Amino acid sequence: MPDLLIELFSEEIPARMQARAADDFKKRMTDGLVEAGLTYQGAAAFVTPRRLTLTVQGLLSASPTLREERKGPRVDAPEKAIEGFLRGAGVSRDQLEQRDEKKGAVFYALIEKSGRPAPAIVSEVLGQVIRGFPWPKSMRWGAGTLRWVRPLQSILCLLSDEAGAEVVPFEIEGIVAADQTFGHRFMAPDPITVSGFDAYQSQLKRAYVMVDAAERRAMIWNEATIQAFALGLEVIEDPGLLTEVAGLVEWPVVLMGLIDPEFMDLPGEVLKTSMKEHQKFFSVRNPKTGKIERFITVANRETADQGETILAGNQKVLSARLADAKFFWENDLRVARGEGLSAWTEALSTVTFHNKLGSEQARIDRIVTLARYLAPVAAADVDLAGQAARVAKADLSSEMVYEFPELQGVMGRYYATAAGLPASVAEACEVHYAPLGPSDQVPTAPVAVAVALADKLDKLTGFWAIDEKPTGSKDPFALRRAALGVIRLLLENRLSCGLKAVFAQGYDGADADDLLGFFHDRLKVYLRDQGIRHDVIDACIAMAGNDDLTLLSKRAAAVSDFVKTDDGENLLQAFKRANNILDQAEAKDGVEYSYGADVKYAEAEVERALFAALDAEAGAIEAAVLAEDFVAALSGMAGLRTPLDDFFEAVQINDNNAVIRRNRLNLLSRIRGICLSVADFTKVEG
Amino acid sequence: MTMRQDRPSCFQDIILRLQSYWAAQGCAIMQPYDMEVGAGTFHPATTLRSLGARAWAAAYVQPSRRPTDGRYGENPNRLQHYYQYQVLIKPSPPNLQALYLGSLDAIGIDMNLHDIRFVEDDWESPTLGAWGLGWEVWCDGMEVSQFTYFQQVGGHDCHPVSGELTYGLERLAMYVLGVDHVMEMPFNDPDAAIALSYGDVFRQTEEEYARWNFDVANTETLLHHFEDAEKECHNILEQPHVDPKTGKRIIMAHPAYDQCIKASHMFNLLDARGVISVTERQAYIGRVRALAKQCADAFVLTEAGGHAL
Repeated sequence: MPDLLIELFSEEIPARMQARAADDFKKRMTDGLVEAGLTYQGAAAFVTPRRLTLTVQGLLSASPTLREERKGPRVDAPEKAIEGFLRGAGVSRDQLEQRDEKKGAVFYALIEKSGRPAPAIVSEVLGQVIRGFPWPKSMRWGAGTLRWVRPLQSILCLLSDEAGAEVVPFEIEGIVAADQTFGHRFMAPDPITVSGFDAYQSQLKRAYVMVDAAERRAMIWNEATIQAFALGLEVIEDPGLLTEVAGLVEWPVVLMGLIDPEFMDLPGEVLKTSMKEHQKFFSVRNPKTGKIERFITVANRETADQGETILAGNQKVLSARLADAKFFWENDLRVARGEGLSAWTEALSTVTFHNKLGSEQARIDRIVTLARYLAPVAAADVDLAGQAARVAKADLSSEMVYEFPELQGVMGRYYATAAGLPASVAEACEVHYAPLGPSDQVPTAPVAVAVALADKLDKLTGFWAIDEKPTGSKDPFALRRAALGVIRLLLENRLSCGLKAVFAQGYDGADADDLLGFFHDRLKVYLRDQGIRHDVIDACIAMAGNDDLTLLSKRAAAVSDFVKTDDGENLLQAFKRANNILDQAEAKDGVEYSYGADVKYAEAEVERALFAALDAEAGAIEAAVLAEDFVAALSGMAGLRTPLDDFFEAVQINDNNAVIRRNRLNLLSRIRGICLSVADFTKVEG
Repeated sequence: MTMRQDRPSCFQDIILRLQSYWAAQGCAIMQPYDMEVGAGTFHPATTLRSLGARAWAAAYVQPSRRPTDGRYGENPNRLQHYYQYQVLIKPSPPNLQALYLGSLDAIGIDMNLHDIRFVEDDWESPTLGAWGLGWEVWCDGMEVSQFTYFQQVGGHDCHPVSGELTYGLERLAMYVLGVDHVMEMPFNDPDAAIALSYGDVFRQTEEEYARWNFDVANTETLLHHFEDAEKECHNILEQPHVDPKTGKRIIMAHPAYDQCIKASHMFNLLDARGVISVTERQAYIGRVRALAKQCADAFVLTEAGGHAL
């Protein structure tokens, strides 16, 4: 069984697209082969900046011959029907067979699709895969019409077995497949003739190309950490950067350089961001001082001077970059110390937040109002919360954030501190954007929490008011993330507040019920991840006070735990039974049985026992509900399970005696009422 | 690829080497366009000639003006007036990367000692309604050129595709010559009887223009110029294709495009004066793009635009 090797050799593929491209190439190629009848034993794809490589082992040498029998019309059917059948089956009249069946003689067509040799199939599938490749962005070049991520330059396509290797006849846009590839662009540019994947990989390695991105990544990381370790330093981990850098080189050479001491006093975040964004350098830190002192750059070649020229060049570029950063930092500090942050917040009046929602400054005014309103909820000082909200976005006007938008917040803290603002205000400047995702850390300091909530709630009420809600996969303003942020801020800090009243403090004109519904949907997603079923949440959303998400989730957690217990499950069944009986009786009789049951009409012992149990538990349950202690309320309800089960077991509700029947229905109504005081159990499934 | 170990001595040496290198590759060496533009791409030899089916190969220096980048000649590498070297070849040849690397070699960058990388960078010009895919080319971590395969210009799909190379000449020269401040870079031969630095040539003009760009330029006048250019562009393009005087089919794509360039530069000046708000900005860019698009529409109806083919 032959092995297949394909290499699509092109001009430099963007690093961010490489991993996905390798996966797509493997999946689409092997799917196509299997669909055409060529099964295989194993496959793997590799990618470098200049090549996309696929190896498939143990491929069938030809697709199997397929025989199909198709039943046709009766022999005496009209001529047109028979002709139609022949066309559909793709056979001629003399290939038909007659068979006698119960209803008479019937035509059968025997269709045989002969297998096709692997090269023909590979060639066909490869053409389809190349033409339909899902690059995030593709282009044309020269005078051609083919699209690829960057110009495609050559194709290697081989089928090989013990007998040798054979080029698969294939041609696309004038590029004819061959058994050749090329080594490193500068270190070994000559053509290399290849006979199979193992040889390909080792020949390329001799030609300064590491085909496997995982190997390049590992090599870079090992070498970087070893070099840093030798000097008692540590490389700051950055898996995203590592993957990107491994996608920029075929032959990684790790070089470590010094940061000019004149820049070492820049904030670490600035050094790191500048080096990463502009130069794709790793930061190397001194664990004793916590300062970033060196950088790691990864070159794509070896040189006679051991990288000296390359390192000197990189160092020089870095110094120019850091000189810019230092210039911004010093200018910003001068403003923050001299004029305070108000100079920057005023400048935000000319920056549009959204054309229907006004300027950034108008937005800040609203956030201040919300933050002051929310301060008591978060146990924050009202004035500090207002002050923090006022300056939280000031750094957007700073030169540093203009240059590095990803440093928003971080710089705010530095500048607020420089302006002599209280530490809690400075902290709020940094963390009020958080949490940015389901795993991002949630602020806990009261002032920061108030501003973080205000920031998100302004955004949500604003976009709700102008009807720019998320739809389907579209959420351009990240409103789902904002709502999840509010949920996590409230729940993880155990803060109680009625959201509808908060919405009323936000942007004017948001549909509060609709927005609350959006929060409930997000809350379901959040609680589902914690193992709480959607029907349990629905049962709790149906209760009063459902705009207090902390209360709601506390209730949901208690109910969720309860229905998982034996008592809970049984009580739920008993509740449903009681509810059904009541619903039917009330519908039939046209009355509501809420008059109040009286123990003096109780006939059976179990009935009296139920009355006793109710009398014993009702007060405690009611008190627990009032105190929002749902666990206690539910454990009280659990005490009703046995008497209720016994009651249903022994007693006929619809007694012939109308008084007894009415009394029992009223008794059920009382039980229903108690259950419904905790959650709407009619909505709980099971 | 020939290896040249001799290093260039000054700014103009680098320009001369690029000129002779690209001339040797068969490019028409053109002269700068005689109008104020923000980048070499605006030269009609690129913008208009990248449209249509006719083959084209040109290289030229283009003085470029970016009023907002003015720093009174004090910043080591920011200038409001600087030079770009621009190459445009249509259809893009299959060995364009190798040709490009040859040009680096020609200006004294030794491939055996330096680390050259092609790093993804997609190019888009909202004012020209143009975009392409390509890279910024890094030499030891520094961007030395922009390499783009044009996909669309003036709203038209490019067929065939042009390959465009843009070198920021000052930055590249400073790197090759090992100079830290642009004003200290030797402009002509440093051993010449009258040796001139970049600063001797441009420091004063940088100051003068920075002052004018930022504080003096009369915004009302500039706004009128913008509107006049826009009007004249429309006026030109509204004319019948057949000239009533000569009876010839003369579509005036280039004169119209001059007005588009003018409008674009007026917008840049207004921007530097800080009188354009964020929202207005988009509207102005949209107006220039509309002009560029109409010029492109007109050019493809001309012979140079491939109409007769």
